[in-house]
Amino acid sequence: MNGPIVEIDNLVKYFDISGGFLEQLQFKSGKIQLHKTEVKAVNGVSLEIAQGETLAVVGESGCGKSTLARTVMGLYPPTSGSVVYRGERIDTLSARQMLPYRQRMQMIFQDPYASLNPRKSVRQTLEEPLRFHRKKITAVEVDERLSEVMEQVGVNPAWRHRFPHEFSGGQRQRIAIARALVIDPEFIVADEPVSALDVSIQAQILNLLMDAQDQRGLTYLFITHDLSVVRHVATRVAVMYLGTLCELASTGGLYATPYHPYTRALLSAIPRVDGKKRKHIKLPGEIPTPINLPSGCVFHGRCIHADDRCKREIPQLLSVSDSSGTRVACHGIAEGRI
Amino acid sequence: MSLLEVKNLEVSFALRHGDLVALNDVSFTLDKRERLGVVGESGAGKSVTGFAVINLISKPGRISKGEILFDGQRLDQLSEKEMREIRGNRISMIFQDPMMTLNPVLTIGTQMVETLKAHRKISTQEAREIAISKLELVHIPSPERRLTQYPHEFSGGMRQRIIIAIALITEPAIIIADEPTTALDVTIQAEIMDLLTELCNSQDMGLMLITHDLGVVAEVTERVLVMYAGKIIENAKTADLVANPMHPYTKGLMNALPGHGTCDRDNRLQQIPGSMPNLTEIAPGCSFHPRCDFCQDICKETAPELRKIAGSGDRLVSCHFPVGEQVQ
Repeated sequence: MNGPIVEIDNLVKYFDISGGFLEQLQFKSGKIQLHKTEVKAVNGVSLEIAQGETLAVVGESGCGKSTLARTVMGLYPPTSGSVVYRGERIDTLSARQMLPYRQRMQMIFQDPYASLNPRKSVRQTLEEPLRFHRKKITAVEVDERLSEVMEQVGVNPAWRHRFPHEFSGGQRQRIAIARALVIDPEFIVADEPVSALDVSIQAQILNLLMDAQDQRGLTYLFITHDLSVVRHVATRVAVMYLGTLCELASTGGLYATPYHPYTRALLSAIPRVDGKKRKHIKLPGEIPTPINLPSGCVFHGRCIHADDRCKREIPQLLSVSDSSGTRVACHGIAEGRI
Repeated sequence: MSLLEVKNLEVSFALRHGDLVALNDVSFTLDKRERLGVVGESGAGKSVTGFAVINLISKPGRISKGEILFDGQRLDQLSEKEMREIRGNRISMIFQDPMMTLNPVLTIGTQMVETLKAHRKISTQEAREIAISKLELVHIPSPERRLTQYPHEFSGGMRQRIIIAIALITEPAIIIADEPTTALDVTIQAEIMDLLTELCNSQDMGLMLITHDLGVVAEVTERVLVMYAGKIIENAKTADLVANPMHPYTKGLMNALPGHGTCDRDNRLQQIPGSMPNLTEIAPGCSFHPRCDFCQDICKETAPELRKIAGSGDRLVSCHFPVGEQVQ
């Protein structure tokens, strides 16, 4: 077991959506006050990502999984908490100080139609990060590197002068992966990398990502809403709901025995092809807005097991009693009620 | 006789360089209370099939061959005025994105009443009452109050329920649902799937469910059409198809699903090489042959017929060498 490559400690990210000064003014009990409206996207998430693993973060839209990924990458500054990369705190670094880390961390985005510049050829897209990070690289070396990485992702190196519109969605995603791999990173954040693709193409890309991991010893932070994909690629899974972590478990453990009531509902909702009819666990109500978070456990309003304590007290992420190593944030589980 | 019968349907688009055939010899039936799935990847012709049934193919496209029989009536020969009596009335449609389908500046009550009044001579008060009863049918709490609200006041799942309520308001015989759950989260998707199944039974409706998601098809439908490059390549009872796909493409699609069968990190997903051909560059012979593991010489020359397979019930497969066919 290697040490963690990334440690996220009590990470919080709020977005201020209150708009301009005049929009913030509110008239309250005879006084004019300034009122800020904030979207509480991530609320105190702590995680460690070990060398060589694939940690999947799953959850429904608006649960903060993409915000978490972007904050880890340094694309958003966190509101509080810290991100530590190989022992070095990176969330407070300046852009210049961050440069060496940018070479080691790369990102793959969901939509290959939007993430590739339509006016740049494949060659231009792929050589830009190389030339930026390795100032002294020669033209011959660039050429070799491009051929090698294009070969690896399964795009014919002879097509380097083509433009994104000449490729299908699957091939574009391969190019986006090549762009991430070209400077030899060790840590890749993949934000829904296969959600926009058809099933047969999705399988090709997932295989490609897993092969690249085997060959290069990559570590992935894999963001997705698709629980079937998670089961296939991840070694560990973090389930998020409304900006908080509800369950952290090994993939085998999570699918064998989900603990948190939300995880159970989520798993029961996956449509399956084995032809057996399953009961879907129905969650009453709707996901509350992340502007006004519920008190206590954020899930209490939709949980059939919730009691008074759940409404008052925020549950901590605690290990469950069995040997699986699963950690769950639920009072009911901790008290043995569920 | 079936409620809906589509025979040898061909849809083509007149382009500068000649006709582009988007649907080729598509035949199927849909009965009362039946739930039929149409599955395939993007560009397979699933949505065009749905649009063709309600005559919504717009120029330069046209239905160039075949018949569409609904209740014994030839839909493809109706005038636009006659078609309007059927579309949105006897056959309703649900689309993918609930935010795009609802008008954001009208209350949902207005939109529901408007739909009903377009098809029936009815007072606004009566129409409102029917609207309320339909909202109850799709499990929307306090429907009287909800009628006065605007689409932005509802969540994604609620909006899709409202779309379903609007589709139901004229008590249609058939609902065509084009990717109704694709834009939704899994827990909400599960609710909508349960709701659609329940409504087919309670309202005596036929459902044509168009989706790319084999999981959704397996959970909701009884019969399924698998489409590839504008053709139906397999037509079978859902349970049979899922247990034992016979067309190599269907089988490949099932094997490519993560989380199905032998699934963990040690097993690579089985992948289908290449991608679906553009409709302008379909290979001669079987359109799947360049991607097929079982391809023989005959596949490159002759396109296979959609035929009954001996010993597999009423299943139809369009392949020279279906997986698991007993050779006599």
